[in-house]
Amino acid sequence: MSMIVSSIGQGLLWATLGVALFLTFRILDFPDMTVEGTFPLGAATAVMAISHGMGPITASLLAFAAGAVTGLITGLLYTKGKVPILLAGILVMTACLSINLRVMGGSSNVSLLGKKTIFSAHFLTTLPKYFDSVFVGLVVISIITILLIVFLQTNLGQAFIVTGDNREMARSIGINTDNMTIMGLMVSNGIVGLGGALIAQNNGYADVSMGIGIIVIALASIIIGEVVFGELTLNQRLVAVILGSILYQLVRLLVLQLGFNTNDMNLLSALILAICLMLPQLNKTLNRVFPQLGKSLQHLKDVLQKGVARYDK
Amino acid sequence: MTNSQTPLLSLKDIVTKVNTGTANEVNILNGLNLDVYDGDFITVLGSNGAGKSTLFNTISGELPVDSGTIHLRDRDITHMTVEKRTAFLARVFQDPKMGTAPRMTVAENLLLASQRGQRRTLRLRRLKSQLPHFKELTDTMDGNGLSQRLNTATENLSGGQRQALSFLMATEQRPDLLLLDEHTAALDPKTSDQLMTQTNQRVTQEHLTCLMITHHLDDALKYGNRLIVLDQGQVKFDVRDDKKSQLTKEQLLGFFDIIE
Repeated sequence: MSMIVSSIGQGLLWATLGVALFLTFRILDFPDMTVEGTFPLGAATAVMAISHGMGPITASLLAFAAGAVTGLITGLLYTKGKVPILLAGILVMTACLSINLRVMGGSSNVSLLGKKTIFSAHFLTTLPKYFDSVFVGLVVISIITILLIVFLQTNLGQAFIVTGDNREMARSIGINTDNMTIMGLMVSNGIVGLGGALIAQNNGYADVSMGIGIIVIALASIIIGEVVFGELTLNQRLVAVILGSILYQLVRLLVLQLGFNTNDMNLLSALILAICLMLPQLNKTLNRVFPQLGKSLQHLKDVLQKGVARYDK
Repeated sequence: MTNSQTPLLSLKDIVTKVNTGTANEVNILNGLNLDVYDGDFITVLGSNGAGKSTLFNTISGELPVDSGTIHLRDRDITHMTVEKRTAFLARVFQDPKMGTAPRMTVAENLLLASQRGQRRTLRLRRLKSQLPHFKELTDTMDGNGLSQRLNTATENLSGGQRQALSFLMATEQRPDLLLLDEHTAALDPKTSDQLMTQTNQRVTQEHLTCLMITHHLDDALKYGNRLIVLDQGQVKFDVRDDKKSQLTKEQLLGFFDIIE
């Protein structure tokens, strides 16, 4: 039971990444690789700030700022430098590897042992085991999601959405699509940095290699949410990402219980995601060979092919 | 005579090149001069490669000019960005997919376009309170059922509905200058006729200043108060008012034979 609570807590903390990637991958249609560097950068920033005596909440906000800066750089490379999308992200991600080591004073792993973190607040220590991460995760992801939902309903938020939906049209009605892209990348990477700070505090350490594979985890929560919950409005889809993230952690738990070890997780995550992404194509083949089975997969295909909310047919 | 007043838009000696600095350098616009006056409804003709689309892209700022100046009344807008120009300029493209955001609803598209050229702020968009207004607006494009589909994502509309929507979006916030780039060319003959009639109605009723590219000689003759023909990046033929209304298709075809 406590393992399940732990997974839910992890799911809520990791949901920050899913929601952040939803902004870039889904709304902006921008495959942003930067986050693999931003995540450990946020972790490193928070851990170092805390070990230098900064309060854990201020340190987490500092991690958000650090993440936003990497987003800004990727955004500038792409919009002003005309560097291809994927490459811009990979460049900044790679640069982060060195930066992170600098931030952590040259060591690849810094512990928070004995330091005061968000999770050492008195109220949280009175909760049963693992409920602290559930509580913190729930509070943080609720605040982020509510702010995003309100933001997307503003005129600026709508301009942001239309930039991802039809760049040409957005420009033709006077929206500066470069600025919208940069803004989206900054917010998204800021949230990833914050996520890194939270997860590092939860783990009790920051590690330079903790960013490896996180894109796949974040994408998996987005896609699991879409597959499970089907046709949704934009706001509902943000919530679906959070639930998808929890489901992913539960699947992870199940897989570990089956006897796989944590080293296999990246392979398994990639496999799950690859299958989800291939469903439309698999469906076509299946339709030809086994028409009945193909039909039942049609739902999955519909869901996977959409981007932002679909309203009616 | 209109020529005595200041033109709304004035293009002087415009040269726009492609492949600048390479062996394939070509002047698409080659010293083009054009004055557009308030209330002009100009149909733009020209064979492929004559520079019609380049002219529009130059006016809208998509393509930088290599030399020459563009003035909006007394203001030099030669180097103004695309986004800034949308404050006075609206466009409808030929491709129905280009003018609307596919995954947003008809109402959301109309709302976005109602703020053309304005700063986007963190104010709530207040979509619901504007639905009656959008209903009225779409009702003016009767006959295509757009007003019943305000909450439909535009990707699920027909090409005709999308173009009607694009046209509404371009005109709902009155532009000083409207550019129509063969906006009915991708539609079937009946839908195309319908949109042309509605276009003409709205442009004349609201006294919009408009340039319309078309390949239909009939449309070019039937609509508008002025007709220009582009060839090799210059305005080769420019008639207006009475002279335009007396122009026949045969004369126009004859003229095309001469320039080719």
